[in-house]
Amino acid sequence: MQLTRRQTLGLAGGAAAVVVTGFQVTTAFASAEDATKLIMEFTGGKEPASGKITLTAPEIAENGNTVPISVSVESAMSGDDLVDSVMLVADGNPNPAVATFHFTEMSGTAAATTRMRLAKTQNVIAVAKMKDGSVFSDTKLVKVTIGGCGG
Amino acid sequence: MADSKPRVKVPKSAKAGEVITIKTLISHTMESGQRKDKDGKIIPRKIINKFTCEFNGKKVFECDVDPAISANPFFEFTAKVNESGTFKFSWVDDDGTIYTDEKKIEVN
Repeated sequence: MQLTRRQTLGLAGGAAAVVVTGFQVTTAFASAEDATKLIMEFTGGKEPASGKITLTAPEIAENGNTVPISVSVESAMSGDDLVDSVMLVADGNPNPAVATFHFTEMSGTAAATTRMRLAKTQNVIAVAKMKDGSVFSDTKLVKVTIGGCGG
Repeated sequence: MADSKPRVKVPKSAKAGEVITIKTLISHTMESGQRKDKDGKIIPRKIINKFTCEFNGKKVFECDVDPAISANPFFEFTAKVNESGTFKFSWVDDDGTIYTDEKKIEVN
């Protein structure tokens, strides 16, 4: 079969696409699927509702090594209106798990702040699990200028 | 890392039932296990994997930590104090070392 110049170019393009997809599969970065799986494990298969939980993160993080992240959940933190735990997930990091906060009645409020690493621009998801079993989540997209996983 | 030094900020006094804010920081490299050295070998993971705060022996706040937490992990959280007592903080290293710190608070 004689290949025209056009066909050769097309083939090369196709091959490049295969290489690119292959690369994505083999990189260490987690996919949104991994993040969803992690969240489902945390919630016990429940789909989180929106509301109650607020995730505060910068819109643009210049340095992905230390990105300040705050979560707070509306709750009386007594009796049955208690936040059990809040999980932070980053869907574009090599490992989507970030941290899990466990609160008690002694916490007073269900709010916490920490600093996290972000490898690239991605969604940060906070999922709150209440004592009564209901789950809530909030998502923020954080744009990262310099990634923070030593890559 | 032997020189992991915790730093904790707790108000010296509070009113009964007040919700106070506590800030903690510990110096630690939080080696993620993702980085490679000059020879291309992966540097083994070594992080603080758990942080807990207790007040008079009762759990106030706990955090399971993954490698995505920054070096020198910082945690800010709240606590409701009804009586005078001592806050006890502990950080668990991957190598089993536990770093601790204590802070007293007077409630009136």
